[in-house]
Amino acid sequence: MSPSVPLQEMIRAIRSARTQCEERGVIQRECAAIRAQFRQADNGGRSHNLAKLLYVHMLGYPAHFGQMECVRMIASPRYSEKRVGYLGAMMLLDEKQDASLLITNSIKNDLSHSNQYVQSLALCTLACMGSAEMCRDLAPEIDRLLRASNSYIKKKAALCAVHIVRKVHELGELFVPAARSLLSEKNHGVLHGAVVLIIELCEQNPETLERFRKTVPDLVQIMKGLVLSGYSPEHDVAGISDPFLQVRILRLLRILGRNNEGASDSMNDLLAQVATNTDSTKTVGNAVLYETVLTVLDIKSESGLRVLAVNILGRFLLNNDRNIRYIAMTSLQKIVGTDHNAVQRHRGTIVDCLKDQDASVKRRALELSLALVSASNIRSMMKELLLFLSSCPPELRAHAASGIFNAAERYAPSQRWHIDTMLHVLITAGGDVRDETVPNLIQLITNASELHCYTVHKLYRALLLDISQQSLVQVACWCIGEYGDLLLKGDCQETEPVQVTEDDALDALETVLQSHMSSPATRGFALTATMKLSTRITDNVDRIRSIVSIYGSCIDVELQQRAVEYNALFRKYDHMRAAVLERMPVIEKNSPGHTNGESTGEAVKDVPTAKMKQGEPLLLQQPANQVHRSDHPPGPAVDCLVSGLSVHAAGTAGGDLLDLLGGFEPAELSPVLAYDKGGVTLTLSCEKQSDTGLTVTLTASNSSDSDLSSFTLQAAVPKSVQLHMKAPSGDSLPARGTAKVTQMVVLNNPNKVNLKMRVRVSYTRQGSPFQDTVQIDSFPGLDSQL
Amino acid sequence: MMRFLLLFSRQGKLRLQKWFTPLTDREKKKVIRDVMALVLARPPRSCNFLHWRDIKVVYKRYASLYFCTGLEDQDNELLTLEVLHRYVELLDKYFGNVCELDIIFNFEKAYYILDEFLMGGEVLETSKVAVSVSMENADTLQETMEEYMNRPAF
Repeated sequence: MSPSVPLQEMIRAIRSARTQCEERGVIQRECAAIRAQFRQADNGGRSHNLAKLLYVHMLGYPAHFGQMECVRMIASPRYSEKRVGYLGAMMLLDEKQDASLLITNSIKNDLSHSNQYVQSLALCTLACMGSAEMCRDLAPEIDRLLRASNSYIKKKAALCAVHIVRKVHELGELFVPAARSLLSEKNHGVLHGAVVLIIELCEQNPETLERFRKTVPDLVQIMKGLVLSGYSPEHDVAGISDPFLQVRILRLLRILGRNNEGASDSMNDLLAQVATNTDSTKTVGNAVLYETVLTVLDIKSESGLRVLAVNILGRFLLNNDRNIRYIAMTSLQKIVGTDHNAVQRHRGTIVDCLKDQDASVKRRALELSLALVSASNIRSMMKELLLFLSSCPPELRAHAASGIFNAAERYAPSQRWHIDTMLHVLITAGGDVRDETVPNLIQLITNASELHCYTVHKLYRALLLDISQQSLVQVACWCIGEYGDLLLKGDCQETEPVQVTEDDALDALETVLQSHMSSPATRGFALTATMKLSTRITDNVDRIRSIVSIYGSCIDVELQQRAVEYNALFRKYDHMRAAVLERMPVIEKNSPGHTNGESTGEAVKDVPTAKMKQGEPLLLQQPANQVHRSDHPPGPAVDCLVSGLSVHAAGTAGGDLLDLLGGFEPAELSPVLAYDKGGVTLTLSCEKQSDTGLTVTLTASNSSDSDLSSFTLQAAVPKSVQLHMKAPSGDSLPARGTAKVTQMVVLNNPNKVNLKMRVRVSYTRQGSPFQDTVQIDSFPGLDSQL
Repeated sequence: MMRFLLLFSRQGKLRLQKWFTPLTDREKKKVIRDVMALVLARPPRSCNFLHWRDIKVVYKRYASLYFCTGLEDQDNELLTLEVLHRYVELLDKYFGNVCELDIIFNFEKAYYILDEFLMGGEVLETSKVAVSVSMENADTLQETMEEYMNRPAF
């Protein structure tokens, strides 16, 4: 071979350039010279010039001015020029360029050239960059070459036909007969090309696939020959005879045997033979085994063969070579849905792969582990997954976190475990979890009422350690606000007791509020939590009041609005504060439009403004029942009324509802004394409005010597009864009965159940709050039917 | 089928590029940039398979050159490692103890050898000997034709 001296000199010159600038200079000079040469008449050095241009092109510089030269060179009679010309066409021209059409004619001529190497150049170029029109033009020519030529050309024509079929699907029909006949060739190159062509034809057209099913016995025969034959020096690769052809045939068998019992049966023996006889010490053997396993798992193979295939994958998993482990996991991922138990047997190895150093292997192991989690292995799997999460590469964190959440949700053995797991994930990878994690976790916590104490202690401790993970901080703030009283009580049988003072809790919340790491949403959570604590603590209410009033001038509009409204709650509506900030009800999942974290904030701030709006009847239930928020009728005021106000969770006394609306109508009908304690008396009178409706008027008076302020009445009725409380006449009861407070309650009893009412009385006497409950079982003026 | 075959050095210089699907120049440059960045960032003894967009990238390092190819979903990755190895063997046989400089200074020969071994993203000839023989013949043809053409035509 004679190297192209001018080309090599140029390459040397370019490589010796020390800077990018110098290199650009050299290349510009060379390109100018080349352009000049192109314009000249035919000289001996044309191929060298084009080769130089192609080198420059590979470095990344523009070379489009060489396109026409390529076309001219291809048309040249000289083989050296044709060779470079075709190479240039493959590098510079593609089907999107207009110049590519110009070479169609040259290719056509060269396909019938007397010299096979010229023919092969044309075939190669057509297969590389042939556009759809060129393919249509030249397809008959290719078909001719497929039938009547030597094996060198046949194999090239076969792959060229593959390209044509990929570009123009309809031409597939043309090549079917030729493809069929090529299967009887002995030359491996031709055979390989034929198999590739048949695969392409079958994938394009299901009818063709049916016709080619008859070739399965022939393919089996060829494959057997390859596997059982002795050493063949020409095709041997590390003891395997022509692995490329073997893998191709296996793939074709896979396509033909899919969903077809007959074809699959005839392959069973062969596949078993290949699976057992192939030497798996080298990559080559493993490549063939891999293809065999994929084929077995895809066709309708018998169960023994399937077990063999999965066992091979299991062996792959234990292989030292990372590549083999990677592809084993890829294949197991494909069958984890169908052969779940078989894959479960290898769970231990897969989980070990989580600890591998390699990122690709880790990713595969993570996906497979998540697919293998089930109710029986949830605890051990979760331990491994959490361990993985703490050390996993950042690009896998989000995927791992969401996978863990899904698994925990589906298979959690206990609520405490579920909450612990979610907290662990938030602590480890809080920055990578999805947004709806926070409301989901809050909803979970409210559902696990017996764990409130444990949860709030744990969250408080986590908050003290780290306030940078926003999701964790949001959940922690919400819990401290809600269950602050449990936190301050200190004793909790599930964790070690630790004394948390009110100042500590407020300090924690204030840190969150002031930290620059907290996002605006987090600060909103913290502010609301601080406000909620005002009803759950006794000493530091002033501190809370000052915190809240500071934020009344905060630059963040959301925080400012909240602070201003909380301030209003302190000042003008203090009598409602306790009711407004009471415990949240148990939240139902998927209630429309609610994200739990936000609604607490919105609800509380909306309450003062809702005072002037009209209310709607709201469902009340007995204490033992849960509240279904989604049941209440729609309306702008309703959301805030229900969510902000106290509808109590299970286990606590008095499902109450405070209604702030409507007018005040006195109605009297033989009042009955319902309650008398500490100087406070409550009388009750009823008036029947309709068949199912009843109006009850509660009148309160104070015969003691001290004034009572913040006097409120709340009522609860049985499940099916609808209650509507109108606004009270006032909220202070001066001493010695100088004034009374009346409140009207409208009841609707459509199911005509036995009517009972539980009333809670709350007021402040000389600075200290007081609450009491009374049950009313009989209503005056009522028939037994109502 | 293979979508592309790239050879590049440790410093990120491209030595050979073969595309088996039609792409614009800009798209090609983007693919090269992305794949090179991914492959060069891998630590020494890691897995040879990557996932990038919707294709599987298989790469192997031989001395200072990375041989890198992109596969479709159905293709056998382990076999592709063998394909890359076979190409290196063919280059070795042709150049005799091939090194990166050989491929730099004789890039067109590297392409010719590739065209005898792969076509349209598929393996064309499975026998090493057959590829070498056809390369020799083609080279002989090139030289003799040149000699023939240099003679006066009468």
